[in-house]
Amino acid sequence: MRTLRQVLAITAMNLRNLPQRVGTSLVVVVGIAGVVGVLVSVLAMSEGFRHTLASTGRSDRVIMLRAGSDAELSSGIDRNQATLLASLPGVARDVTGRPLASAELVVMVDLPRKGESNPNNVPFRGVQRAAFDIRDEARLVEGRRFAPGVREVMVGRKAADQFAGLSVGSRIAFRDSDWTVVGIFESGGDVHESEIWADAEVAMSAFRRTGYQSVTARLADGSDAGLAAFRDAIARDPRFSINVLREPEYYAKQASVLSGLINVLGYTVAAFMAVGATFGALNCMYSAIASRQVEIGTLRAIGFGGAPVVVSVVIEALLLALAGGVVGGALAYVYCDGASLSTLNFNTFSQVAFDFRVTPALLVRGLVWALVIGAVGGLPPAIRAARIPVTEALRTL
Amino acid sequence: MRYLPLLWAGLFRKKARTILTLLSIVIAFLLFGLLQAVQVAFESGADAADAKRLLTTARYSIIEPLPMSYLRRIEQVPGVVGVAYADWFGAKYQNESNTFPVFAVDPERYLDMYPEFTISREQREAFARTRTGAVAGRRLADRFGWHVGQKLPISSEIHPKTDGSLDWEFDLVGIIDAEDPAVRGNTDMVLINVAYFDEARQIGKGKTGWYIVRVADSTQARSISAAIDALFANSPDETKTQPEKEFAIGFAKQIGDIGALVTRILIAVFFTILILTGNTMAQSIRERIPELAILKTLGYSDGKVTALVLAEAMLMLALGGAIGMGAAVASMPALNASTGGRFPPLFVGLETWLLAAALAAIVALVIGLPPALRANRLKIVDALAGH
Repeated sequence: MRTLRQVLAITAMNLRNLPQRVGTSLVVVVGIAGVVGVLVSVLAMSEGFRHTLASTGRSDRVIMLRAGSDAELSSGIDRNQATLLASLPGVARDVTGRPLASAELVVMVDLPRKGESNPNNVPFRGVQRAAFDIRDEARLVEGRRFAPGVREVMVGRKAADQFAGLSVGSRIAFRDSDWTVVGIFESGGDVHESEIWADAEVAMSAFRRTGYQSVTARLADGSDAGLAAFRDAIARDPRFSINVLREPEYYAKQASVLSGLINVLGYTVAAFMAVGATFGALNCMYSAIASRQVEIGTLRAIGFGGAPVVVSVVIEALLLALAGGVVGGALAYVYCDGASLSTLNFNTFSQVAFDFRVTPALLVRGLVWALVIGAVGGLPPAIRAARIPVTEALRTL
Repeated sequence: MRYLPLLWAGLFRKKARTILTLLSIVIAFLLFGLLQAVQVAFESGADAADAKRLLTTARYSIIEPLPMSYLRRIEQVPGVVGVAYADWFGAKYQNESNTFPVFAVDPERYLDMYPEFTISREQREAFARTRTGAVAGRRLADRFGWHVGQKLPISSEIHPKTDGSLDWEFDLVGIIDAEDPAVRGNTDMVLINVAYFDEARQIGKGKTGWYIVRVADSTQARSISAAIDALFANSPDETKTQPEKEFAIGFAKQIGDIGALVTRILIAVFFTILILTGNTMAQSIRERIPELAILKTLGYSDGKVTALVLAEAMLMLALGGAIGMGAAVASMPALNASTGGRFPPLFVGLETWLLAAALAAIVALVIGLPPALRANRLKIVDALAGH
């Protein structure tokens, strides 16, 4: 109890004379804010990318690809197979009895980013009518759907934001065909928002394809047993050589390479910076106690214990670190959260647009880093402060 | 030079403090070296480009194939001295997609086109001779423990064989490498013989992915590009021809602005260091005001004292910068070994060293000037009276 009172007394005294040491104290705050800011913003990038892919698809939907293909771009399913797959009994049907399955083709079209001129691989997806019933998260936010049989496209919100010439009413030229943008859709910030959608038949003739690349379907029974039965039906049918994946499984796999790479970058840089900031904190706390040697000596002389001195110095370091962590996290939040960018996803060889996501979990992680730096930077000076013999401390007067 | 002992003594007056500050500078430059290497690695495709090489791809998207019959027609364009081609195999190795690229090529044409790739004469001949032959980059071979003479089982995600199977097997007959570290990343691939590939595949026969064109005179690159594209204008397979460098830059830009990202991180790093070091420097000079006054009393001019303080900052940055960059360089071999070809090789080039030197000079000035000016204005009487 007495120790606690002593700790409180010394800490309060330290904090009261903080204003006299603004310079050195700010160094700790700024140093740690730098570490936390960089850590949180780089991880927010990886988090945003992962989130975009992870939020794509529902677990009661499956994507069917040619066996051996891990991505739509390398898959191929011919027309007959696509029709047969859609009519399998495991596929859900709408009220009129039509299967909820959409055979789709994906091609890459070259579009420049806004304000730039070099081309980017933007995914262009030909979808069948059922696509809208299957993916009910896709909603129009502007204009209308493309009409069947016509060279019209609707564009994902993120694609429209990132790439030039995709506003409603504009015309885009791909491969001896002119397309009109008639609508813009959102789908909860998922991967499809980076895409351009058109009627599958029209896309097939314009891009001179003879087959599809994938079939997306809603399962009548989305449970594990339902999926197993569906897979089994396909595996037993000698006409098919098809791989069935739940959508979330398929899309999560596509995030692996890039989000791993960004995470490594973020943690490496932040770890180095943290070491640098720890040196800064050590420096600052050493000089803080050096300038307070006499006070500390006096306290010890009038009966304060060594432990309260140690604890109070560490508390001071932790408070400064906490301030740094809060500032860094706030900066990352203000500058990064919601900022969008697009990059080439190595798994699919196509552009995917996403937003930085500064999540509470990331902010907490940033604060934990800050406190660790504060503790490591504060402890050695604190111990030294308590160890100086009273007589010696007072002699410097 | 004769002031060095004095500078040194000033710098290490408080050993612990200087060492801590020095270490933060070391860390900053270590990060600088590493991040800069990452950026250079991403952009090295453009640096390694040969101004006499053009790339012809399908006009509307680089993933669309082109007919192999274009080969003869491109060869006849005036100014063209060599043509090679390559097709994307879509490799899946050990059940993982795209761990490395596999290109189906005409061995002679392709290796002639890239003289910067090194391969022994016997292995090159074996590659040209063996229909099921393949050559692999040195780094890939090391990563997977391949050796010449073994079978290489690689699946394709795209191309089934005529029997419908996606599993292919090649004979590893050679290893390619490159002297220049900026080029070595381009050898992280497996080349297979198109003669066998095109015959054995089920779909896409008679097509290839892209053409690589060598021109005699790089100043004519544009007009020859236009001439090639004009050949196929209004055909079902129109082309887009551009210098290799432009293609590489365009591709790097697809990934995004790595440079801007790296720059922003480095700004945060150096801003932090600036604050840390600047504060220590100011503190150190403050404590030494009486000493500086004594120097002036001994006859050191204002200018000389100012220069001494500045030089101390310079010395600290030079030391920290050199150690940090040295550590970055020293860590490269280990880093490159651990990424094992998943990432282009990292290296610290001359440009990075120069940048680091400039950065060190700027930081030294920024943190050294305020205390130096203070030392300059110092009045002996006041300074000595204050203590």
